[in-house]
Amino acid sequence: MNLFYLVAFLSIFFSLLVIFSKNPVHSVLYLIVTFFTFTIHYILLNAQFLAIVNFIVYMGAIMVLFLFVLMLLNLNEETEPLKPTLLKVMGVVAGMCLLVTLAGSLKALSVSEPVVLQNANLGLVKNLGKVLFNQFLLPFEISSLLLLSAMVGAVLLAKKEA
Amino acid sequence: MENITQAIQGIPLNHYILLSSIIFAIGVMGVLIRRNAIVIFMSVELMLNAVNLLLTAFSAYRGDASGQVFVFFIMALAAAEVAVGLAIIVMVYRNTNSADINVLNKLKW
Repeated sequence: MNLFYLVAFLSIFFSLLVIFSKNPVHSVLYLIVTFFTFTIHYILLNAQFLAIVNFIVYMGAIMVLFLFVLMLLNLNEETEPLKPTLLKVMGVVAGMCLLVTLAGSLKALSVSEPVVLQNANLGLVKNLGKVLFNQFLLPFEISSLLLLSAMVGAVLLAKKEA
Repeated sequence: MENITQAIQGIPLNHYILLSSIIFAIGVMGVLIRRNAIVIFMSVELMLNAVNLLLTAFSAYRGDASGQVFVFFIMALAAAEVAVGLAIIVMVYRNTNSADINVLNKLKW
């Protein structure tokens, strides 16, 4: 039970570091650590398939893509012009307002039962695969179309003098 | 596997919702206070992940596998979005020589 709170604290801590660190490369590295803590959350919820997909797709593919773009654009120096302090304070205040609204509505809801895994092997690959290929077969195929069009679009956009 | 899942027994669902709300709010703050387009993009990823975690927690709570399938679709969508978005950022950088979003104010009015 304490493990959850430790990992939750780490996720919040590292996601704060993501948005407050000056150097974008450090931001990417902190984001990788944040995603790793999310993987631990998935393992704690016994969602093993999602844990592995999160590990491979997010920490592997997406973060490498971010790092490549940062290195290619040579943005890894602290050249970023900062927003005026007033705008920053306003941004933080707006984010806190959102958080307070969400937490307040949660408090009004006030039904808080403990999470108990009713079906322990719910998140295993075998179980999820059955659901994915029976009930969600059409969306699964359509997502392949989405990935194809995204690939074509990315190549077209990134090509010089398209 | 038994003792791992023992670790979450007894955690109220509210704490999962609170954790996801906090991380979502951090993502919103990141979008609002940064000017580097790539860091803004990373904040959007943070928001997507907060929602993913909450969907997984609800799915485990209700014992329904559809939530986790939905998270899988969100991850596929995030991969596509990152590819296209980073291509757009590369193109913007090539045209304006910076990744600063304040340069891109032609569509403002």
